[in-house]
Amino acid sequence: MRHYEVTFIVDPVLSGDEVKSTAQTYKEMLTNEGASIVHVDEMGLRQLAYPINKRSTGVYYSIEFSAETGNMISKVELALKRDERIMRYLTVSLDKFAVKYYEDKRSGKIGKKVKKEKPKEIPYGAFNNSNTNSAPIAAPIAAAIPVIIDDSEE
Amino acid sequence: MATQDEIKFLANPNIGSQKKKYCRFKKFGLKHVDYKDENFLIQFVNEQGKLLPRRLTGNSLKFQRRVSTAVKRARHLAILPFVTDLLK
Repeated sequence: MRHYEVTFIVDPVLSGDEVKSTAQTYKEMLTNEGASIVHVDEMGLRQLAYPINKRSTGVYYSIEFSAETGNMISKVELALKRDERIMRYLTVSLDKFAVKYYEDKRSGKIGKKVKKEKPKEIPYGAFNNSNTNSAPIAAPIAAAIPVIIDDSEE
Repeated sequence: MATQDEIKFLANPNIGSQKKKYCRFKKFGLKHVDYKDENFLIQFVNEQGKLLPRRLTGNSLKFQRRVSTAVKRARHLAILPFVTDLLK
């Protein structure tokens, strides 16, 4: 079983229904060719980093699918290329780490951002606890030391 | 006796001692570079949108290669620009 992902940008000039039906046709095309669709990520209307076909925005769709062979990909890519509603497309094969990454992302773990933030939060909480605990203990010692030094100096 | 607080250096003793660079993918256990994650990839390009070298990012060769393919894919899909100014 191989995993693939096809991302494409739909022309934003089309109406909302037309955009949806465009994505639907490619979903159906993939299933007809024997692929099983894992997930469809609708990334929505996004600002393009540079203009394509004199458009500055685009509707992003990303279809993750798995199939026994990749024979249908050339067919689908040809259809995407001929379609005037599609501004750009990219088909990528996914390795096992990528598949796991998308699974985690969908289940809300979101591999990257959450993992980086979590270790930061725990130490902060730990520091706060230790401060509150140590403060009452440290204060008497601090008070005691100056008294001793004062005596010796006098 | 001069205590530790009273010792003053003419120059900052920390200057010149570099922080050891590390591969953030290995350190945080990231195994996949997502080409659709714009905010993540932007860390690996400079203000003109050019890829930063390994010398600066500290990435291991394996992940530098994956970052570079991810950035190139993102450029194709207009998620990142090919050339620009003041990206950051």
